[in-house]
Amino acid sequence: MILAESTGTMLDSDNRRTVDRRIWFLVAFMVLALLGVLARFAQLQILEHGTYAARAENNRVRLRAIAPNRGLILDRTGRVLAENRPAYRLVMVPERVSDIESTLDTVDSLVGLTDSEREQFRLVRLRNRPFQPVTIKGNLDEEQVAILALDRHRLEGLDIEPYLIRHYPYGEALAHVLGYVARLDESDLNRLDADNYRATTHTGKTGIERYYEEQLHGRSGVERVETNAQGRMVKVLERTPPVPGRDLRLTLDLDLQLAAIEALGEHPGAVVALDIETGGVLALVSKPGFDPNLFVNGISHSAYRALLESPQRPLFNRFLAGGYEPGSTVKPFIALAGLDAGRITPETRVFSSGSFRLPGHSREYKDWRRGGHGWVDLESALEQSVNVFFYDLAHNLGIDRISRELALFGFGQTTGIDLPGEFDGVLPSRSWKRRTLDQAWFPGETVITGIGQGFIVVTPLQLAHAAATLAGRGRAAPPRLVDLEPPAMLVEHRPEHWDAVFNGMHAVVHGARGTARAIAASIPVEIGGKTGTSQVFGRPDDEVEDDDEELPWFLRNHALFIAFAPYENPTIAVAVVAEHGGGGSSVAAPVAAGILARAMRKAP
Amino acid sequence: MNLNWLIREFRHQPFRLDPLLCGLLLGLMLLGLAVLYSASDADIGTVWRQAVRLGLGVVLMVVASQITPAWYRRWAPWLYALGLALLVAVLLFGVGRGATRWLDLGVIRFQPSEMMKIAVPLMLAAWLHKKPLPPGLVDFAVCALLIAVPTLLIASQPDLGTSLLVAAGGGMVLFLSGVRWRWIAAGAATAVAAAPLLWNMLHDYQRNRVLTFIDPESDPLGQGWNIIQSKIAVGTGGLTGRGWLDSTQSRLEFLPEPHTDFILSVIAEEFGFIGVAALFTLYAAIVLRAVFLASQARDPFGRMLGASLVFLFFVYLLVNAGMISGVMPVVGVPLPLVSYGGTSAATLLAGFGIIMSFYSRRKMLK
Repeated sequence: MILAESTGTMLDSDNRRTVDRRIWFLVAFMVLALLGVLARFAQLQILEHGTYAARAENNRVRLRAIAPNRGLILDRTGRVLAENRPAYRLVMVPERVSDIESTLDTVDSLVGLTDSEREQFRLVRLRNRPFQPVTIKGNLDEEQVAILALDRHRLEGLDIEPYLIRHYPYGEALAHVLGYVARLDESDLNRLDADNYRATTHTGKTGIERYYEEQLHGRSGVERVETNAQGRMVKVLERTPPVPGRDLRLTLDLDLQLAAIEALGEHPGAVVALDIETGGVLALVSKPGFDPNLFVNGISHSAYRALLESPQRPLFNRFLAGGYEPGSTVKPFIALAGLDAGRITPETRVFSSGSFRLPGHSREYKDWRRGGHGWVDLESALEQSVNVFFYDLAHNLGIDRISRELALFGFGQTTGIDLPGEFDGVLPSRSWKRRTLDQAWFPGETVITGIGQGFIVVTPLQLAHAAATLAGRGRAAPPRLVDLEPPAMLVEHRPEHWDAVFNGMHAVVHGARGTARAIAASIPVEIGGKTGTSQVFGRPDDEVEDDDEELPWFLRNHALFIAFAPYENPTIAVAVVAEHGGGGSSVAAPVAAGILARAMRKAP
Repeated sequence: MNLNWLIREFRHQPFRLDPLLCGLLLGLMLLGLAVLYSASDADIGTVWRQAVRLGLGVVLMVVASQITPAWYRRWAPWLYALGLALLVAVLLFGVGRGATRWLDLGVIRFQPSEMMKIAVPLMLAAWLHKKPLPPGLVDFAVCALLIAVPTLLIASQPDLGTSLLVAAGGGMVLFLSGVRWRWIAAGAATAVAAAPLLWNMLHDYQRNRVLTFIDPESDPLGQGWNIIQSKIAVGTGGLTGRGWLDSTQSRLEFLPEPHTDFILSVIAEEFGFIGVAALFTLYAAIVLRAVFLASQARDPFGRMLGASLVFLFFVYLLVNAGMISGVMPVVGVPLPLVSYGGTSAATLLAGFGIIMSFYSRRKMLK
């Protein structure tokens, strides 16, 4: 304004004054407005900085879980029974694929896609963001990988990705022991610590895999990752590595397990072998088994139905949940109860005429041999499995004393093995019958309990545990596969009572008339044993061994055998149940002999 | 041959350019390129393209500064008429996605609304030249019409931001001409009364912008996203900022268009309040120097035109800063001479050229 010269007209000079005045207003406005905006920035950047800094952090940083590697399962010598095998899966990043359905059709034409694979893909895709890869097909074999690699140009947005898959190299042989892992579902997440399973896809569903899930799984790791506005990972800011699951070494001996399966032949059934000293499980068979690897990737409906509908019930865990009448295998325990109660001595003699009758009753309880066994003492009663001896003894003892004795050996209770789903069996007594059936106990029911029939139900595992307890002269530890528990004195009897029963069980195998004398030649050491037959359907009163060869197989009785070896200082106890095997002496005893022979040859 | 006059002339004003204003503008543009490098995710190509555009703008400024005030005044009506004709042509044959703003001339695409930012104030200043100021009611009405026609044409493209800037430039000429405060109040009252009518004329996306401006958190993933993320970027910067190239909001794509309209958010995050204050100081220096130059023009025509062009520049800054700090709705107005894009930079630099042309000739036409 200083330089402006009023050289123009009066009009110009007036106009200039007017404009200049307004220019001052303009300058004032601009300065004030700028200060106002600056104040706004001061508010956001200084006063509210903390709030916005936190929101920026929330914007960009995400936590991402990393799954730990699952622990291996090994047998007692370190052979791998459950491993993590590198495998390949086909994954799709949905946002990189223009036509998802036709891409799936292409994959179907190349390597085949089942309906359940398509369904699984759809479900996972809905839950994920479009840039997260979704598995189309897992566990591709080499040929499939090669085919897909060749046609890569037709499969935009698809990748073949390596991952670890649980694999059970011995399949069927250990299915009921190890169980299997399968995809996590809703109910698993309710049961497990969901935070620790954010990145985990599989969890143990049955068996060891389920029981030791926590230890096998490990702790999942976490990464703090920086993500962009679309949620895509940009970089890893910080990483806490996962803690891999613990490797589990089982007490199980793979050689013995395979020998047991082989020895059982084509019979469905169960075999349990226990280390008497520690309670460690050496062999644990439920036959038939199934291929646990089928379940890892999700079993197809048809394959699952086939397993469910198979008449031999391969999914049924016989050693753990199978309930059988113990038959004559219960006799040594009844004998101990009788000795302890003073109702018999080792020298007590009973005349077996072929049948037994309760005073004042007309019903006859028969011996398995027509015409009876004549005069027998305890040793020969066990050796020949003389029913009349035990009918009489049971009647003398009464059900409650029998029940108390059997309870000491673990009948009617779970053994506490480290596997889920154990059945506790049935140990009848007066109060048990009143409680469950609301009926009075009849004396006849006591009589047949003496030969392991009637209400009594045991599992093969219980039977093996009872045999081990017997062999340990009352001292035993609960059967365990991994974490052993210390043995305890479960049953106390006078040494001469133990000796008497042991003599009888020795005679079963090595006596001239022993019911299992046929196996004596096939084992390298002396052993103790007891045969048994479990009735499949109610045949009249008597125990019948070895005489039902003409019956159709599914009506034949179950064959049982318990044994321990060596006879002096026993180390191993076994229980065998061969379903529909007919008689314990002809079918079950040779199975046990096979295992014991194998175990004894291995022993140092 | 006596060249002393030439030396004298050029020592203080080479090519009729004001060294101080030119220096300030150059500083701003260089700073802008540095920030652009960061905001474009360290893409040197983007920086080069922008440098070329700014270079063309500077050429335009130099050319504009060589043209005499008399020429501007004489050609004002023709420029205005041409601009209006082109706006009508855009309405009839224009191209563009969503909004029709461009004329496709085969070789280049041309945005006629851009030239109206200068043509409208020029036309008004020329119309009021040699008239007694403050203007009478008739002149006021004519001026209002001269502003309203292009403004509405541009708003109907629709381009709310540009129409606002055109109206601001023209309106400032009227304000500078000394229009009575009463009339200004009456005009403001009319505008308020017409607001509901205007609301109905707005497109849905424009209404959404206004609504989300009022309450951005109501739609945090949709329309409110831009405002929220921009405020987060600004707030995160704090006093000293994260440092150059360290804007996480920009690098991780939370900010929309970090290199164009939202580049100030990046500056605020990377350089903090100190950086923003320094930038605003630079802008203030440019504005004050340019107002001073405008106020030295020989006649009211030059002063009104110059000051209104400075105001135009200032409105760019004010609206953009208000938008990214969440005190104004999101309208597509760039940060002047810093945001990526050549069109507005060319217009603004041409405006400074005109101001310098008038200043350099303040004593010559006696």
